[in-house]
Amino acid sequence: MSLIEIISGLALGFAFGFILENAGFGSPCKLTAQFRLSDWSVFKVMFTAIVFTSVGLMVSGWLGLVSLEGLFVPPALLGAAAIGGILVGSGFAVGGYCPGTSVVGLMSGRLDASVFLLGLIVGTLVFAGAYDQLEALTTMGEVAAGDTLPDALGVSSLWVNGFMVIAAVAVFIGGTALERRLGGPVSAAQAVAGATKANP
Amino acid sequence: MQPQLDPKPFWHPLWAGLALGLVLLLTFLITGHGLGATGFTTRLTAWLASGVPAFVGEDSYLGPLAEDGIFSAWITWQVIGVAAGAVLSAKIARRIRVQIDGEKTLGAPRRLLSAFAGGMLAGLGARIAAGCTSGMGLSGAATLSLAGFTFLVTFFAAGLIMSRIFRGVQ
Repeated sequence: MSLIEIISGLALGFAFGFILENAGFGSPCKLTAQFRLSDWSVFKVMFTAIVFTSVGLMVSGWLGLVSLEGLFVPPALLGAAAIGGILVGSGFAVGGYCPGTSVVGLMSGRLDASVFLLGLIVGTLVFAGAYDQLEALTTMGEVAAGDTLPDALGVSSLWVNGFMVIAAVAVFIGGTALERRLGGPVSAAQAVAGATKANP
Repeated sequence: MQPQLDPKPFWHPLWAGLALGLVLLLTFLITGHGLGATGFTTRLTAWLASGVPAFVGEDSYLGPLAEDGIFSAWITWQVIGVAAGAVLSAKIARRIRVQIDGEKTLGAPRRLLSAFAGGMLAGLGARIAAGCTSGMGLSGAATLSLAGFTFLVTFFAAGLIMSRIFRGVQ
């Protein structure tokens, strides 16, 4: 670990945490309201960030700022990704956080977030303890067509990114309409006061 | 207990999303990979279990991570940064309040139990997928990876279903 790497980790992490907190993602009530469809902030923020980064990487590749082949792309082990997604999504609905947001929750004074983090450690221990049995799941469902959507479909990333921009606009329009119908997003005052049934 | 002044409002999701996108893009350009979280908690777990041969012995999952050490990983510094950024933001915006969030609707014991159970599910799932919402969902989808999109779709589907079966924090 060079000093530069440590500083880049601290600085980029700092910005990540600062933004997550300002988006309201330290509040389990606000986070899980996405699943009740009354607060679309999680979808809106994630979709915007994904599209911004994806388009930014494509343009950076064109400009020669980065070698896209050198970037880490998770392998297309889709069975493993699906099982993991189901478990993390269920854990989010039950526990109120995902791993990253539980750190934000804890830093804004939420003691339940520290218990979520404790559960996270125990869940990791369960996985490690049963690794011989679970290892097969981690490599399940490999897709050979390619690791990325453009590769697998044989289309340019320009098309995929164009579609993603349209999908993101649709999430904003549709999400905002549903928020209006279902009582509106969780405000900062409501989030700080803590979850009550009066909150959406 | 109550803050003297009202907490400042959250950022508009569009601005928060663009800011997050900019940070994620910079992370890729500087490090070659995205942002994460459970890379750190897994190393933390390996460090905590480092005295227990059953967990860190030969051919174990955590063994190599325990040997690497916790501070030799970029992700550790990134998560320390996340904690610092979050506490500063919450402090500036008067959004720090010590509480068990969800206590009012679930009661403290049930809320803490649900937080623990949710954490366990997420911890197990993140190891099977080799990533969590940040590392696999956000960063994975930003590279247009099939694994990232698959994770996000099943993540939201499971969340939608589970939040109807189980009354969580609301």
